[in-house]
Amino acid sequence: MNQSQSTLATPGSIAAPPRADLYADAAAKSRAAKRKKRIVQGVLAVILFLGGLMMIFPFVWMVASSLKNAQDIYTLSLIPPDPTLSNYRTVLQETSYIRWFANSLLVAGITTASVAFFDSLAGYTLAKFRFPGATLIFILILSTLMVPTEMLVIPWYVMSIEMSWTNSYWGIMFPGVISAFGVFLMRQFFMGVPNDLIDAARLDGFSEFRIFWKIALPLVKPAVAALCIFTFLGNWNAYIWPLIVIRSEEMRTLPVGIAFFSSESGSAFHLIMAAAALATIPVIIIFLIFQRHIIKGIALAGLKG
Amino acid sequence: MQLTLERRRWLWAYTFIAIPLIFFLAIRIGPTLYAFWMSLHRWDPIALDRPYIGLDNYRTMVDDAVFWKAMRNTWVYVIVGVPAGLIISLLIALGLQRMIRYAGFFRVLYFLPYITSLVAVGWVWRWMYMPNGFFNEVLGWFGLSSGFLGSPGSAIYSIIATTVWHGLGFQVVIFLAGLESIPQDYLEAASLDGATGWQKFRGIILPLLNPTIVFLVVTGVISNLQVFTQIRNMSSAGTGGPLNSTISVVLYVYQQAFQSLPSKMGYASAMTVVLFAMILVITIIQLKVLQRDTE
Repeated sequence: MNQSQSTLATPGSIAAPPRADLYADAAAKSRAAKRKKRIVQGVLAVILFLGGLMMIFPFVWMVASSLKNAQDIYTLSLIPPDPTLSNYRTVLQETSYIRWFANSLLVAGITTASVAFFDSLAGYTLAKFRFPGATLIFILILSTLMVPTEMLVIPWYVMSIEMSWTNSYWGIMFPGVISAFGVFLMRQFFMGVPNDLIDAARLDGFSEFRIFWKIALPLVKPAVAALCIFTFLGNWNAYIWPLIVIRSEEMRTLPVGIAFFSSESGSAFHLIMAAAALATIPVIIIFLIFQRHIIKGIALAGLKG
Repeated sequence: MQLTLERRRWLWAYTFIAIPLIFFLAIRIGPTLYAFWMSLHRWDPIALDRPYIGLDNYRTMVDDAVFWKAMRNTWVYVIVGVPAGLIISLLIALGLQRMIRYAGFFRVLYFLPYITSLVAVGWVWRWMYMPNGFFNEVLGWFGLSSGFLGSPGSAIYSIIATTVWHGLGFQVVIFLAGLESIPQDYLEAASLDGATGWQKFRGIILPLLNPTIVFLVVTGVISNLQVFTQIRNMSSAGTGGPLNSTISVVLYVYQQAFQSLPSKMGYASAMTVVLFAMILVITIIQLKVLQRDTE
């Protein structure tokens, strides 16, 4: 919007010299409009900046509290009077933080890879193959989107006990290794791949799997990336199912571990804030590095899904 | 035996779809039906006997005061949380869209909470809400104080504030995408006709933003109906207190199935069936609304 306005304004000011008297008034007006626009921009920037500060303040407070010792924890200053890293040391020593972090990384990583592969394959099949039962299968998969996870956790738990999956990585992962949302998303994107391209590859003697892997999949890379970001984030932060299926301290994922540690710490908020910082700061760093891709990916996944 | 080309392609399709299909049948559809089945039984995983009791679990629900409290609270989360999040995020998106410079920087600020773990930030907010925490210290300057999570009147709204804050970034980004799809010609034509900002907003932006709003309302309602993590981590002792003032249906389901002795998995399943029915109705309404839009 702003771009088109400024391009409209420039020809007027260039054309001004020959008929200066006629355009003087208009030029003054446009200058006033420009000044008004600059003021609006300034006010807007201040408001948005203050709002943004409020958004990130809890993180600032978290870090500040985590650097205070037990005596200073109730002081209101943002800068710790006597900064210390001992809270972090305590959390790292008293909990299996490293293990929890690794567990989360493993679970979210494998789940994401599995979702990316199987959801692409299923989405491609439903978009590009005509076969008996295709519509039925699609409706079947789509209908599972309406079932809330909470309805499934109890049957999953019974199932996990029956199969001795509790307290194992597979037990944490199995409900998420393929996602209906992702199948739907990938199908949408594969529909946009031209059929001519696939037929041409068939004439060249490519196998069906190779067409999917080498021709179609590279064309929907942005969608796969979006699905990966969405899936990884969801599994990294997942709470209710890991909470139910994990039994031992060392099998906990990061959110489950942090929750247990925090509720067992009573009012030792200097330690709880160090634990919260250890859980959030790595994610925030990754986010800041890849923010453009992450925001775009989540918007894409959210809108098309 | 020679297969026709068409048959051979079918075979490929079935091979590709086999594992996902088995997964959805075994891990999604089967367990869904199983939840219905469980809701008709008295189900304690330790007991050998799991008798069929018909609709007794549903009848128990009708007389269970805590269930009704949880249901009422769940709808408070929805009815307060969803509009609050939507209005704030729309205002931010409208502001961000007008920014020529630094829009990307601001977007990062607003988006940041969304990517962090609700467990971790739940505890950060809990700390700020403490009687001697940040908020009360600041209120103290003006001679004020609030119980926040500690008092039955304000606890649920304190949790809603955290939920809104956490989800804001996602809604802002979706609104920005919706705003970008509005043709600039319409707004410029309206400006030439002398329309005020408010008239443009009511007459052009809001109607054209309708699909985005419907999407965000539906996803917001569904996610608020399932609210659990923040209550489990922010309410006192994680039990939905004080005095059940923050307990949600899902937290109550969790307590009945996994924390009560003996475990009442049948009863908990019956409650999830009710939750499922509510989500189903909302999804159907959404489909109807969107269909009307495209006609």
